[in-house]
Order: sequence, then C-alpha cells, then structure tokens
Amino acid sequence: MTLGYFIYKIILVVVVFAITMVIAMYSTYAERKVAGFLQDRLGPNRAGWFGILQPVADAVKLFMKEETIPSVSNKTLFIVGPALSLLTACMTGVVIPWGTSLSFFGENYSLQIADVNIGILYIFGVVSIGLYGIMIGGWASNNKYSLLGAIRASSQMISYEVAMGLAIIALIMTTGTLSVGEIAAQQHGWHWNILIQPLGALIFIVCAFAETNRAPFDLPECEQELVGGYHTEYSSMKMGFYLFAEYINMFISATVISTFYFGGYNMPFIGRFVTDPNLLALCGVAFLFAKIFFGIFFFMWVRWTLPRFRYDQLMNLGWKVLIPLSILNIVLTGAWMMRHEILNVFIK
Amino acid sequence: MQPLTNRSKVVVNKQMSLYEKIYLPAIISGMMITMSHFFRKKPTIQYPEQKREFSGTYRGQHVLKRDDNGAERCTACGLCAVACPAEAITMIAAERKNGEEKLYREEKYAASYEINMLRCIFCGDCEDACPKEAIFLTDRMVVPEYNRKSFIYKKDILVEGVEKEKRIDVSRRQTAAVLEFKKHKEFEHNR
Amino acid sequence: MITTYLFYFLSFLAIMFALMVVISKNPVHSVLYLVLTFFTIAGHYVLLNAQFLAVVHIIVYAGAIMVLFLFVIMLMNLNKETEPHKTPWLKFSAAIAAGLMLIVLVGSLKGAETIIATNPFNGNIGLIENLGQCLFKDFLLPFEVSSILLLVAMVGAVMLGKKSIK
Repeated sequence: MTLGYFIYKIILVVVVFAITMVIAMYSTYAERKVAGFLQDRLGPNRAGWFGILQPVADAVKLFMKEETIPSVSNKTLFIVGPALSLLTACMTGVVIPWGTSLSFFGENYSLQIADVNIGILYIFGVVSIGLYGIMIGGWASNNKYSLLGAIRASSQMISYEVAMGLAIIALIMTTGTLSVGEIAAQQHGWHWNILIQPLGALIFIVCAFAETNRAPFDLPECEQELVGGYHTEYSSMKMGFYLFAEYINMFISATVISTFYFGGYNMPFIGRFVTDPNLLALCGVAFLFAKIFFGIFFFMWVRWTLPRFRYDQLMNLGWKVLIPLSILNIVLTGAWMMRHEILNVFIK
Repeated sequence: MQPLTNRSKVVVNKQMSLYEKIYLPAIISGMMITMSHFFRKKPTIQYPEQKREFSGTYRGQHVLKRDDNGAERCTACGLCAVACPAEAITMIAAERKNGEEKLYREEKYAASYEINMLRCIFCGDCEDACPKEAIFLTDRMVVPEYNRKSFIYKKDILVEGVEKEKRIDVSRRQTAAVLEFKKHKEFEHNR
Repeated sequence: MITTYLFYFLSFLAIMFALMVVISKNPVHSVLYLVLTFFTIAGHYVLLNAQFLAVVHIIVYAGAIMVLFLFVIMLMNLNKETEPHKTPWLKFSAAIAAGLMLIVLVGSLKGAETIIATNPFNGNIGLIENLGQCLFKDFLLPFEVSSILLLVAMVGAVMLGKKSIK
C-alpha cells in the first residue's frame, strides 16, 4: 500500500472512466451511423469529417436546452433518478480485467482496478440497483406514462436477472471461480467459454439485451404506447444522463459478454508472433476492445433489425423459455462434470 | 377486391413448427438481410453540394421576360390571372408615358404584378394563357422564407434583369412538342 | 483504526436511515431510506470481511425485494391524504407492542455477547469458499430445509395466483 500503488490505481480509475465516457459518447454517434447504414441512409455526416463531431454537438445542444422540472414532481428524487442511473452504469467497470498486466522497472501493474473474489456477484449487485434510477425517476415525474415505463422497466429487469443469474451459475460451475479476472485468465488460447457453454452464452446475451432495455426489449421507453416511458418528463442534460447511462450499460454489457464468454483479452495464436510481455498485454487490451466494439455493433445491429416484443411475449420468453432453459443448462453442465461418478454407479 | 400487389398473403392461424418456434433461424436470416443493406450503395444525394437533376418539364419559380431590347413584354392583359386556378396572380395596369418605350414593349404595362407563391400550384396555365410570351415557369425553386409576406413575389423578383447575364433561360422547358406547337401561326396564341 | 471509524460512521448512518424509514411521511421515501439502510448493513458485512454476504444482501434485498415493495407502493398510490386516521387506542397498543419488541431484542443481544468473544477473528471466514464448505457440510440439513420452505412458498404463490382451480 505505497503511494505509488495508490497513484497507479487512481490513474487506472481515471483512464477507465474516461474511456467509458468517450465510448458512450461515440456510441450515440455509432448508433445513428449504423442505423443509417442499415436503412440505406448515410447517418450524421455534417459536423466534422464524416460527422465525427456529432456527439460534441449533441452534448452542447443538451446542455443548452431549457431544463424543466414539473411543478407537481418530487424535486429531489427527480434529480436523483438520472444521477443514480449514470452512477450505477459507471460502477461496473471496476471489476473488469482490461488486460493482463504491464511491468515497469520490475513492478507488475495489473490492468484490473479491483480483482474482487466475488466479481460476478458485484456486477449483479450493481445491475440490480441500477434499476432504482429508472424507478425513482419514473415515479418522481408524477406522470402516468413515466410510472408505467418505470414499472415495466423494473419488472422486466427483475425477470431477466433470474435467467441471467442461472445462466451464470452454469458458467461458475465449469470455471470454479467467481472472480472475473480468473475467468478471463482461464480462457487463454481456444478455451473460450462460449465453446463450453453455448446455451448459457445465448441465454446470457438475450438477458443482457433485456437488462440494458435495448431493442427488441425496449418496452420501458416504447414511444408508441408510453410517449417516452420513464424519461417522458425529462429534458436537457437529465435526459442526456438517462441516454448516456443506456449507452454505458451497453458498453459494459458488451465488455462483460466478451470477458465471460469470448475470451476477454485472450486471442489464440498471438503468443507465436509477440513475445514481449508488455506488448502482449497491450495486444490483449486491443483484442478486448475489438471484441467490445463488435459487441456494441451487434447490439445496434439487432436493434435496427428486430421489432419490439409485446409485453406478454416478453414475460413468456423470460419466465417460460429462458429460465427453464437455463435450469436445463445447469443440469446438463452438472451431469457432464459428474459423468465419471455417474458412469461408475451404472457400471457397478 | 383486386389485390394491390402480388405479394399479399392470406393469414392463417396455424401452429408453428419447432424450427419456427426457436425463432433463431428467422432472427439470423433477418439480420443477414439488414447486413446486406449495410454494404449497399446509399441513394442519398448530399443536397447543397450535389443536386438532383430536374426533369425537362419541371415547373418552378416564374419569370417575367423582357424582349431583346430590354423592354418588359407583359401588357397587363390579365389573362394569366383569369387562367390561374389558384387565384394567385394580381396586377395593376398602367398606361405607358412618352419616353418609356425602352422600358415597356406595349402601350399598356403592369405597374404592379404579384404572385402569391403560397397559393400557386405551379400548373403552368399562366404560361399557356399568356399571349405575349411574357410569363414563364423556370427550373428554379422557390426558396423557403420565414414569414408568409415574403412569399408574395413582386416585380422586383419576378422580372428578369436587363443585362445579358441576368437573363433567365427558359428554353429548357421548350420541348419538341412545344416548339412544334409554336410553329403553327394559325393559332391565336402564336400570332 | 480506519475500520473502527468506518464502523461508527456506518452504524450512525444505519441508525439514522432506519429512523428516517419510520419518520418520513411518504411511503416511497420510507422504502428508499430502507434501501439505504440495507446498503449500510452491507457495508458492515464488508467490514467483517463477509463480501459474499454483503453482495448477496444487496442483490436480494436492495435489488429485488425492495423493488417489489416500491412496486406495490407506487401502484397503490399511498399518499398522505388517503391514509386512514388512527385512533389513540391503536397508537397506544402499537407503542406497547414496539416496547415489548425492544425488550426482547435487548434481552437476546445481552445473551449474544459471549458468542462473539469466543470466536477469534478470521480474515477468510466470510469468503465464498469457506461459506460454501460451511453450508454444504456443517449446515446441509437446515440449508435444504430452507430451500424446501422456499419451494412451498413458491407453490403457494402459484396456487393463489391462479384464476380458478378445476
């Protein structure tokens, strides 16, 4: 616990926070660009080269807009809502291993802020309190649409958290650890968890879509029925906070999916070409981000392809399809792990 | 009823097969379709830099032509106003004074000539009605304005300039059929 | 030293938020204060090196049960105006019941003091491996019984939720 250690941790936190923010900013731009390209349009291309300054223009616009707080709303909670949303969205990045470790002057510096031995549960905890931002904001607006949107959001997130947790249990059974860093380290070479747990990965990805309230599960903010869902009454940068939180959640979801199931910072065969450990670590970071960017693109690709679910379909999928499937996955995984013992029983 | 397209399907409430119930193949094929659109050539026209070519007979903003000496052709006969189905044209006639021969071709001229561009439907009937070949619709667009008053175009906008470079070319809309019609001098219009 | 200060700070917050749960007039505020109370208690768990328990506490209580509480309160629209007026007798009996509860708690805590003293502090006691060993070896039967209890509750909820039993 030296001073240098503290400085390095603080630098790491700041860098992760800055990267999260920049990626969230440019996700808004990427979303519009991808949507445009998928719909035979060009997307924003006026602000700067290929529209690269569009997020800056958007941010300026959101800051400049008039800020309205409904007079019948609960003012404190109305402000707390979006702040909480953004805060919880930013908190998950702490346990993600962004790379192996860099070594300078004989000291090893891990590229993970905190290797908590219950990292997976930490992610779940943060995700589960993430919905308070939406619920509080929706309730404090004192608006029927907002309340309905908030209630939809929370019931959807609670329902899909169950299936997500059950999918993760199968993963924990095969990896034997709750630490995210260890899970990432175990997947070196071709030992990606998606090859071991394909069904679990599928369930996890579907649940991740529902948890981030992205299409085709974007019922909380469906424009057609609920005007704007929980952020109907929000304007200016508070609205921006909610949108920002959604994009950060998307980034974090892509990160978690690539860390849990797609090898994290590992890439097969890279050890043959690069031998320097520092360079290898940096390559790992680059690979992780390549996977994350593909994940974000996948989120957008799905959003602009699939239509929105009806609410009963959503609940049916969550409770009657994904939860039984994930339990089946647990049973199958358990049977596979105990196959020798089971065979012994039959042989005797 | 006659179907509008040959793609209409009769809706049946049949049970889905297991393959259809999994949904994943359908989702993947849908995503492949959107991905094929991702790489398709975009039909967007970048407006201020690129402009779409107008059709040969595009009818846009009007022009009041001058003759070769620079005198206004319009004689304020009012036939265009009568022909106008939208009643967009109003004018006040005046008599040409001595010494104004350079300005106005006929003895009578339009002291004021207004077209309300918000009412105009760009049908081109004024052009057909004009016996003096004074008013034409051109391939210029009517520019957007902030208030309704600015859309009432007066003579300062409608009449073309005297100088050669300020003349508005109206020959673009004179298609072969129009030119053929103008050859027939027996028609009242072409005298 | 830091842990001691943190303990007092968290305890202060926990008691204050718990009081706010009772004091605040708006039921939604009460629930939100209760959530904060749970967070401070989770902080206490972390101080005891029981990270697993802390996170599970947050996931289960703050993340799921309190959300359901909020749900019910938001949908029932419990505002001050609709709250029924309470008679003095009701208040009196509530005070007596709460006082008895306090006596029971104090009495039980007095007896519990010795148990903590006999257990030397072990840094790994709250980690997940030890907890798993403990639950599935020493306390297997209570653990399974409690799971059966939950199953029974689930079946009961499904039965109640059904429209008609044929």
